Amino acid sequence: MTSLAEKKLPRVSARSGRPAPELIFGDLWEFDPSPETADPKLKTRYDLFIDGQFVAPKLGKYFDSINPASEQKLAEIAQASAADVDAAYQAAKAAYDNVWGKLPGRERAKYLFRIARLLQDRAREFAVAETLDGGKPIKESRDFDVPMAAAHFFYHAGWADKLDYVAPGRKVAPLGVVGQVIPWNFPLLMLAWKLAPALAMGNTVVLKPAETTSITCLKLAEILQDAGLPPGVVNFVTGAGDVGAAVLNHPIPAKIAFTGSTEVGKIIMRSLAGTEKKMTLELGGKAANIVFDDAPLNQAVEGIVNGIFFNQGHVCCAGSRLLVHEPVAEQVLTKLKNRIKVLRVGDPIDKNTDIGAINSKEQLQKITAMVASGVKEGAEMFQPACRLPAKGFYFRPTLFSGVSMSHRIAREEIFGPVLSILTFRTVDEAIERANNTAYGLSAGVWTDKGSRILKMSTELKAGVVWANTYNKFDPASPFGGYKESGFGREGGRQGLLDYCKLS
Amino acid sequence: MDAIGIEERVAKYGTRSIKKAAKLRGLKLAASMVDLTTLEGKDTPGKVASLCQKALCPHDPELGVPQVAAVCVYPAMVKHARKALGSDTVVRVASVATAFPSGQAPLKTRLAEVKAAVADGADEIDMVINRGAFLSGEFGVMQDEIRAVVEACGQATLKVILEVSELETYDNIRAASFLAMRVIREGDFIKTSTGKTSLNATLGNNQVMIEAIRDYYLDTGISIAMKPAGGIRTAKQALTFLIAIKETLGDAWLNHSRYRFGASALLNDLIRQIEKEKTGAYQAPYYFSEATESY
Amino acid sequence: MSRLPITKTPKVYVGGAFIRSESARVFPLKDAAGDFFANIPQCTRKDLRNAVEAAAKAGFGWAKRTAYNRGQIIYRLGEMIEARAGEMAAALVLGGASKVAAAREVSVTVDRLIYYAGWTDKYEQVLGNVNPVAAPYFNFTVTEPMGIVGVLAPEQSPLLALVSLFAPAITSGNAVVALASTSQPYPAILLGEMLATSDLPGGVVNVLTGFRKEMVPTFAAHRHLRALVGVANADERKALALGAADSMKRLHLLKAEEPIDWLADSVQSLYAVRDTLEFKTTWHPIGA
Repeated sequence: MTSLAEKKLPRVSARSGRPAPELIFGDLWEFDPSPETADPKLKTRYDLFIDGQFVAPKLGKYFDSINPASEQKLAEIAQASAADVDAAYQAAKAAYDNVWGKLPGRERAKYLFRIARLLQDRAREFAVAETLDGGKPIKESRDFDVPMAAAHFFYHAGWADKLDYVAPGRKVAPLGVVGQVIPWNFPLLMLAWKLAPALAMGNTVVLKPAETTSITCLKLAEILQDAGLPPGVVNFVTGAGDVGAAVLNHPIPAKIAFTGSTEVGKIIMRSLAGTEKKMTLELGGKAANIVFDDAPLNQAVEGIVNGIFFNQGHVCCAGSRLLVHEPVAEQVLTKLKNRIKVLRVGDPIDKNTDIGAINSKEQLQKITAMVASGVKEGAEMFQPACRLPAKGFYFRPTLFSGVSMSHRIAREEIFGPVLSILTFRTVDEAIERANNTAYGLSAGVWTDKGSRILKMSTELKAGVVWANTYNKFDPASPFGGYKESGFGREGGRQGLLDYCKLS
Repeated sequence: MDAIGIEERVAKYGTRSIKKAAKLRGLKLAASMVDLTTLEGKDTPGKVASLCQKALCPHDPELGVPQVAAVCVYPAMVKHARKALGSDTVVRVASVATAFPSGQAPLKTRLAEVKAAVADGADEIDMVINRGAFLSGEFGVMQDEIRAVVEACGQATLKVILEVSELETYDNIRAASFLAMRVIREGDFIKTSTGKTSLNATLGNNQVMIEAIRDYYLDTGISIAMKPAGGIRTAKQALTFLIAIKETLGDAWLNHSRYRFGASALLNDLIRQIEKEKTGAYQAPYYFSEATESY
Repeated sequence: MSRLPITKTPKVYVGGAFIRSESARVFPLKDAAGDFFANIPQCTRKDLRNAVEAAAKAGFGWAKRTAYNRGQIIYRLGEMIEARAGEMAAALVLGGASKVAAAREVSVTVDRLIYYAGWTDKYEQVLGNVNPVAAPYFNFTVTEPMGIVGVLAPEQSPLLALVSLFAPAITSGNAVVALASTSQPYPAILLGEMLATSDLPGGVVNVLTGFRKEMVPTFAAHRHLRALVGVANADERKALALGAADSMKRLHLLKAEEPIDWLADSVQSLYAVRDTLEFKTTWHPIGA
């Protein structure tokens, strides 16, 4: 009925001779700053967390963790060495052999429930710490990252004593010690969704957070202590890529779980070739978000915005390639422009900030270079005229229209708030364009037609398909990619299977 | 329309944090947009006169609460309202005509009611659409009736009440918005509700309607105004609705010619919050006139 | 005077056709007694490339078949082998198996196909599920075949191991390019003839013969192969893993160093089907 009513609309002729109407998004009613004031309770120095204790790194070295929004130092983080990583693994192995591996699932569950509860108790404090350390808007760390992290512990806790139902017909057993390396885009959440299933299954863990975002990981160590988790079950080692390599290449772990770029994923796979280690790799993406002409366009625009500007676009499953049906391409572009004009870019700790700081100077440089290539290759760029803070790493939400499949911005992961807009004419063309990538993590489709949703969802080669929505996550919902977006799943029953052996 | 998508969009307005000067500006802006309403069977000329006094002078003038946009009354009360407000005022007299709230009277009767209210001095007419015609797919009937009311209004501004709770779905609300917009004039309103059903203005149906207004404007250049009514009782709610306007329609709709609140209890809460911003102390309801809660 | 028999020229089954190696190379196969039996195609990297292309063409349609239809066709393959069980057993005897062992290998092979034929329309019900997410969304996880799967058959059990490895892959709709036992290739050649008469669309299963050493690097490096299953020794496993890293191929390799009892029921499994599946999770709002 809606489309019928709207199609009768007088089109351009109704305003012939008059200038195209424009909306004014000015400062008639400008908001005052509204910083979140909860105390993040940061320490000035964070040590390694090994065998249930905070321990100084053996070489005594520390590095600075800065706030990307202000470039100010937040804390000193221990620089682990290979010897520290070894100590962590020895602790994890001892904990597996002597305690955790023998504990009934029922008891493991209780620890995980406790962790979930303690994290909920301190949710606001963690949200502020996450925002200060990583640059994401407080709105997101408060409403998404932290509650979702707690939800992952809560969900997996319940599995710990129900593992007989994970793999029908088979018995499952833990793998032993697991090594995990996580990225900087969702520091606490990635940690939760790696730790929780591993622990529920009865494994012990050595985990390395990203060097720019170690703080919430080490704060969680405090919670693990408060929860009374047996020493050595979880160990955190901090540092840069060399520490990551030491975690991945150590002989003890039976399994490696990594989230990060496809480039590094391939290096890891090569370095583990010839070993018996199992792997879960959750890597990059270049997701297509496909909008058909019968889609609920206003909600689609909202989904497109959420798909690419959530977390500054630092999301492996970001909907970075918008494929729009030609009949509505112009309309969608206009709506998108009007929508991003009201996105608030700025201090992440401000409760009204929609787009926070880019996580690091290096990442900002990468994004800037990719955007320059888009301009150079002839795509048309649009950025709203928002003011950016003078200090810190910021990038305006950016739209590129007139993008073709061969452009770099249509093929390579940018990992920033940059959307490439392409068009298509038919269903088959949309599918072909969407799948024309080595990645296969996620995809979006917007249409009012039920049968078409199921057709698209069947044809799109991606591990997650969001239909008439985008960037939704849940601990019960498996997440992971096809093709070069990695393998293994995280979350749900399928995710647990990657942390066990079958007999 | 996707219902979940709409609800997720409007939930984001609720996370906006409005503090200090921005809050004060928002509260005053909202007060200036109120259609101060009494629509009860027991309304009397005295009650209406008292409401008009409140409209003209909402509170201690030192607080700087602006006058409301209009008082909204039944047609029988129009002449009393007109008298109480006088002719030398920016506060307008609005009246719900067309067999409000059901609209279930012959068209001739409804048009006569509109003409009478205008003749008595109403500046604005709030009509109800023929929901029966809409729901049975007789869009032409619905539009023809609106056209007839537009004509009966003459110079008076028209507000077309969709009665969204009876339309049920967001798809219907959007479709009805477009059908109405196409036959009313620039500056006329579309309005959510009569306030007489179980579900009135929500952020969700407000969003659907202001998106319809935006899309219609971008397509035709014709600006239609918006009035959510019923259920908006608190200052915090009103600010959230204003944020929706700011982020959907932009600055040009942030004034009482383009946006109104149909409400009775809202004004007092706005004043109360303005007082709180000024003094820093939380206020009891009985400091404010015409309060419905005096406990 | 006895009649000189007509011998069959062994050809490999690729893309639904019986072909020689594009290289025109062959290697001699001797029977258990050490006498010349036939010349076997010595397939090359280009033959693998062609087989992958054939698999790519056929796989799409195969995956689109109904699960019921795939089940019937895999069952039909079992019928074809059963019907020519004697001939197949003889092929196994040629490689050194006793008559009893050969007959047993053939019958277990048929039973294995029947096992997987029954799984086609059930594995999804066991492996997929609806996920109760904490928001108004319908969320479900289904499986999909990965695409083109490379199969590396071991030297022993040249029929049964090969079938045990590719059957779970085609159960879900994958297409297969398999390398047969180097030392005992003939049963795989004969299997090609049975595949050809089984209603299985040409190109869904492609069986190459040749030298493992020559072929393994191409299996490792071919980027269109989405997964590799089979049996490999330590050096091969490392080489395959290194190659797989370039395109994130999924590897499910059994160790050649450890004995595998292909006759055992424990070899067949739902989880072998799972090894060549991807999981896809779809979200949709529940609203009006």
